[in-house]
Amino acid sequence: MKNWKLAAALCASVALPSVAMATDLEVTHWWTSGGESAAVAEFAKAFDATGNHWVDGAIAGSSDTARPIIISRIMGGNPMGATQLNPGKDADELIKAGLMQDITDLATKEDWAHILRPASQLASCTVDGKVYCVPVNLHSGQWMWVNRKVFEDNGMAVPTNYNELIAAAPALQAKGIQPLSLAQGWAIGLLAGDLMVAVAGVDNYVKVYKDRDMTIAKGPEFTKVFEAIAAARQFAPADKIVPQWNEAVSLVIQGKAAANIMGDWAGGEFAVAGLVAGKDFDCLPGLGLTPVLDTGGDVFYFPKNADPAITAAQLTLASTLVTKDVQVAFNLKKGSLPMRADVDLSKANDCMKKGLEILDHSTAVFPSGSQMIDRDSLNQINDLLNEFFANTDMSVADAQAKFAAIIEAAPK
Amino acid sequence: MMLIVLGVFVCGTIWTVLFSFTNIKILPIFTPKEWIDGFVGLANYRRLFNTDRWMSCPAITHIGMADWRFTCTGALPNMVTYAVLSIAIAVSLGFLLAVLMDQKIRAEGVFRTIYLYPFALSFVVTGHVWAWIMSPEYGLQASMRQLGWDSFSFGWIADRKMVMYAIVIAGIWQGTGFVMALMLAGLRGIDEDIWKASKVDGIPAWRTYIQIVIPMMKPVLVTIFVIVTSGAVRIYDLVVAITDGGPGISSDVPSRYIYQNFSANLGQSLSASTVMLVAMAIVLIPWIRMEFGKKSQA
Repeated sequence: MKNWKLAAALCASVALPSVAMATDLEVTHWWTSGGESAAVAEFAKAFDATGNHWVDGAIAGSSDTARPIIISRIMGGNPMGATQLNPGKDADELIKAGLMQDITDLATKEDWAHILRPASQLASCTVDGKVYCVPVNLHSGQWMWVNRKVFEDNGMAVPTNYNELIAAAPALQAKGIQPLSLAQGWAIGLLAGDLMVAVAGVDNYVKVYKDRDMTIAKGPEFTKVFEAIAAARQFAPADKIVPQWNEAVSLVIQGKAAANIMGDWAGGEFAVAGLVAGKDFDCLPGLGLTPVLDTGGDVFYFPKNADPAITAAQLTLASTLVTKDVQVAFNLKKGSLPMRADVDLSKANDCMKKGLEILDHSTAVFPSGSQMIDRDSLNQINDLLNEFFANTDMSVADAQAKFAAIIEAAPK
Repeated sequence: MMLIVLGVFVCGTIWTVLFSFTNIKILPIFTPKEWIDGFVGLANYRRLFNTDRWMSCPAITHIGMADWRFTCTGALPNMVTYAVLSIAIAVSLGFLLAVLMDQKIRAEGVFRTIYLYPFALSFVVTGHVWAWIMSPEYGLQASMRQLGWDSFSFGWIADRKMVMYAIVIAGIWQGTGFVMALMLAGLRGIDEDIWKASKVDGIPAWRTYIQIVIPMMKPVLVTIFVIVTSGAVRIYDLVVAITDGGPGISSDVPSRYIYQNFSANLGQSLSASTVMLVAMAIVLIPWIRMEFGKKSQA
């Protein structure tokens, strides 16, 4: 009798979850920093509210660590419910092998082509006219982050662009504050790229990187760029350069440094620290000089699954990710821009408003460096810039000549 | 089995050398036709030695006798600096420790364990610990200044001219114990009678060490030399953990250059590997001749 009851209880415990509407959906991603995990929790909350259950499968490390794990699971016949993945070669191969769920019907029904912008993001999810992934945000790398308190406490005007920051730098140094914080490696490359766009302008930047216009690369426009980089070098000396980007951002948050140049993901770190945009800190797109943003972003894919309950849950998740409230909540925490133009702006912070305004008014598509020039040349430019920062003996003319030589030698 | 292993080693090496003469970029290629199509002669080597990150030397006229520092900069000269210094210091320090340990001291086992302990740590751990100690922001410099010694300055890892010496310090800390253990084994292998004979003749101990014991330890010394040198040639993890090549590219080393070019420009990687292969051969061939040549001579 006792055994029978136990058996019944066991049966019930196995049977009941399948009777209930809730479906567990495992979602893998590589968002593990403070701001990132806070952002992903917004997705989980919204998905759980639909009656399903988000099983978090965060993979520590960068995309380079996570990508092989995700791909081998899908290839090995043990697919997760949904996953973050970069659109491109890897994803295309999985799609061609028929391992990814086609979500075209949902995209047509909800009219993603019109509510999501810019069109380039949905286009990167579309293969042969079919939609396979959901773009969830827009990221851009051209931002300057300024701690307002540092300037206000010292009775100085808060700079509104990079030139004003450089002008204020000697006064900041006299007070023992580092004018510009900086991380080594790719962060130096990002800073220099931002200065190229801000100082020489988008057109000249694209002409040099894409069309290999040597007269501009060797000309006065880029001399100005390297002078601006030299100014940054002067105020971010080698012994002040930190290893990681979030440490550099943290110096600004703590008020030890006045400003940092970093992508919009830095906004997530400010949010986690409880700082308010426009009140505690300022974010200046295009370094306050030229209001431009490039557009990259994150997307989610849905691997094909044998269980129809999971397929249904996948579509629910896809739909949830692009709803207005979720877009605002997620992107505020992540520091990125929402995909929809029709979001409720009352919740948006200062940075998001500035970014959306540029997105609404700017028509020029601004490709990232890796779309215009090969990885080998980008690495060489990065090496050159890192050396330029460490070696104060290297002159502006010398650096520009070396930069031009790399551009000239790059395969077309 | 022997043939397979030999085949893998030899084929891999031959492939590396052959395809370092091609314009191979990201995807590896294998066939003779691709080799002929992609043949670019010495272009990869020309670029390698024109890259500041690999090697950059000032014009000859600038090198004065008064400048005692290594005047060339880049990954290859950095490796040479590291190799020369770590061999010189680790071997002499290791020998000194071994001699002290050989004085029939009490609790020798305890000392031996302590000195050998750093060798049990990986370079990544060693590197991170030393990076903290030597960091001007958090480490020794900051502690000393907090204690009131305001003029104390130790910022080698942020100084592009001194950073390699900072890495040498960490390398020596890690490797000296190992050299000591090998030396001690060598010293214990010396016949007791030699010591007795030199005592009878009234030769002081230090002269016995220098003129009799060291020449007798030649095989051990050569082995140590080969182990330490080959460790220095392939140094990678220590640099990555302490500075990651910084500041700028001033503490870059060949292995790091090879690794970082691997996913962007394989041709550069392969030609740099070939240069390192030749460097290793220069170190190893005298040892091989010494170890194995004796029998054929006899």
